[in-house]
Amino acid sequence: MKSRAEEILTTEQPVQGRTSILSDYMRALSAVVWKDLAAELRSRELFSAMMVFALLVILIFNFALELDAATRSSVTSGVLWVTFAFAGTLGLNRSMAIEKDRGCLDGLLLAPVDRSAIYFGKVIGNLIFMFIVEVIILPVYSVLYNTNLFNPGLLLVILLGSIGYVVVGTLLSTMAVQARTRDILLPILLFPVMIPIFIASVKASSGFLDGLEMEMISPWLNLLLVYDVIFTAVAFMLFDYIVEE
Amino acid sequence: MESKPRLLSILDVVTALMLLAATALVFFYAPVEAVMGQVQKVFYFHVASGWVGMLSFMTAAAAGIIYLMRGSSNWDIVGVAAVEIGIAFSFINIVTGSIWARPIWNTWWTWDPRLTTATIMLLIYLAYLMLRSGIEDPNRRARFGAVYAIVGFVSVPLTFFSARLFRTIHPVVIGSNQPGAEGSFDMTPLMLQVFLFSLLTFTVVYADLLWHRIRLGKLAEKVEQLKLKTMS
Amino acid sequence: MKMIEVRKLVKRFGLKTVLRGLDFEVQQGEFVALLGPNGAGKTTFLRILASLARPALGEVFIAGYRLPDQASAVRRHLGVVSHQPLLYGDLTAEENLQFFGRLYGVANLNRRVQEVLELVGLAGRRRDLVRTFSRGMQQRLAIGRAVLHDPQVMLFDEPHTGLDQDASAMLDQVLREVAARGRTVVMTSHDLARTADLASRFDILSRGKITASVRRSEIDPDQLLAYYRQSLEKA
Repeated sequence: MKSRAEEILTTEQPVQGRTSILSDYMRALSAVVWKDLAAELRSRELFSAMMVFALLVILIFNFALELDAATRSSVTSGVLWVTFAFAGTLGLNRSMAIEKDRGCLDGLLLAPVDRSAIYFGKVIGNLIFMFIVEVIILPVYSVLYNTNLFNPGLLLVILLGSIGYVVVGTLLSTMAVQARTRDILLPILLFPVMIPIFIASVKASSGFLDGLEMEMISPWLNLLLVYDVIFTAVAFMLFDYIVEE
Repeated sequence: MESKPRLLSILDVVTALMLLAATALVFFYAPVEAVMGQVQKVFYFHVASGWVGMLSFMTAAAAGIIYLMRGSSNWDIVGVAAVEIGIAFSFINIVTGSIWARPIWNTWWTWDPRLTTATIMLLIYLAYLMLRSGIEDPNRRARFGAVYAIVGFVSVPLTFFSARLFRTIHPVVIGSNQPGAEGSFDMTPLMLQVFLFSLLTFTVVYADLLWHRIRLGKLAEKVEQLKLKTMS
Repeated sequence: MKMIEVRKLVKRFGLKTVLRGLDFEVQQGEFVALLGPNGAGKTTFLRILASLARPALGEVFIAGYRLPDQASAVRRHLGVVSHQPLLYGDLTAEENLQFFGRLYGVANLNRRVQEVLELVGLAGRRRDLVRTFSRGMQQRLAIGRAVLHDPQVMLFDEPHTGLDQDASAMLDQVLREVAARGRTVVMTSHDLARTADLASRFDILSRGKITASVRRSEIDPDQLLAYYRQSLEKA
């Protein structure tokens, strides 16, 4: 006579479904993304921190510079990207800190999938949070400074730039979070390395806002693409070394 | 205890001699440039130290890659040595650049793509050291250092490219009469000789310092080992 | 069948050698209590078995798979409970299990999650956020997470840490049930009393090696305590 416990622990059918490696990978990746979104939806920790910080930064810029409809687009895009860069580090830091603090990273690392699934899952989660903040900041900025920021080209730049930022940022925040000096370390590590993204994003953004021809803007877009591709590959290869012991 | 290898002692002497020779060449052999005068001579050591900075960066990244593949702590010592020396030479590069720029263009700083990239490179080096100092576990410290050295190294060409693109599309006038001023001048054959010799000298200086620093690192590791043995 | 096989395992932290050529074997179905003073290297050893850390030298085989090369394949068969809960405070008990179930590709997830929640006695709290759970409840949920994918090998790292009497007793009950049905278990502890009723074998890890190994059938429980103390003093 089996006890209820024995019944539960003795499953007749295989507990783990037999599926392909690719679908295992994608399922693990999407599980990580879903988990980050679900947890964030409950606590709204990351989002509120990033959002409030971004708004404060934009407000401060108002007193530092004169931002209005007559402002040159290069200044506008500069302000926007500085805001994104700084708010972004908050999100990256927090996202990894959650995993580290309760040892949850180990839980993720125990999963029977390639480690990169976890990495990409985190990247996509971080990217989504960053997009949400950016998409809200744009109309807020437009309203506060009476500037029209509704520009599909601008959105493209934000997409490409954020991808590069988050790809490198997730890798570096995984390291930073394991150091004693965790909070200040991430910007110090990240900013020198993401300068190409920064320059290209600011230039391309102001190009679109000024309505320049594509041939003036495309070198910057190409640079963003190249950076994104190269660093996705590099991060993919290096992530394992950061989480193994 | 190992004593200093003979080859290293020889290298020390060679390095010292070459430095003396290079300095002599710069001051006595190289002609004075027509437009810029004596100050132009800073250029020889300025570029040479910039070159060593780059070389050091490459060494650190390569050591990082090898460390990740092999796991031997010796390669980690090479990486740290390369970064420390690289910081010194990058700093020299930037300072000599300023010394050169001031009398010529009446400014201490130019947003010249090469100088900009060199500065960012210096910041990456410093970040590398800060990263390491925040980590207790030596194995993790070495791995993280290796990863960051690689990431930093990959980013530098992209940074240079974006800085250059920035300048060609939007030349910045910095209060000098020459936008995009990069201090170009024509090198006569004599200058070229001194230039190449300076590059060679600095490379030898680099190798010498690197070797010393690596030795220092290994000896430090030995001390740690002995400490542990006597304590347990 | 040899479920776990470790030969001449060496692990260093910087210049300090924590595990010095350790040999270890566990047959299928054994419940091994790995005892030893704090700092002996138990957690390190368990992390290597769990594929979270790499050996510097030596060989580790689990269920025939070699670590660290075949780590990914091994993980399917491992269930790990560390003294940190490895749970997400902002998710409910149910959601936590669902997340891990997805990571492991567990079939019939909803049903399985329900079963496991019942097993660890948390079915009534399934929709509660884990951060409202007591430590004992979190540990039980952690065990649930570890059995979700029906692993053959279970590794517990001092699971009783921070639990009071009642919670501990509840934990023991779950441990017994989990250990049933031929599962292979390795549990570390620095407190012999905790493991006395559960384990079928007691090994002592001291100064980086296994210095003693004795089956429960071979020794009297009171003698065991004395033996343990002796071994610690000898080491």
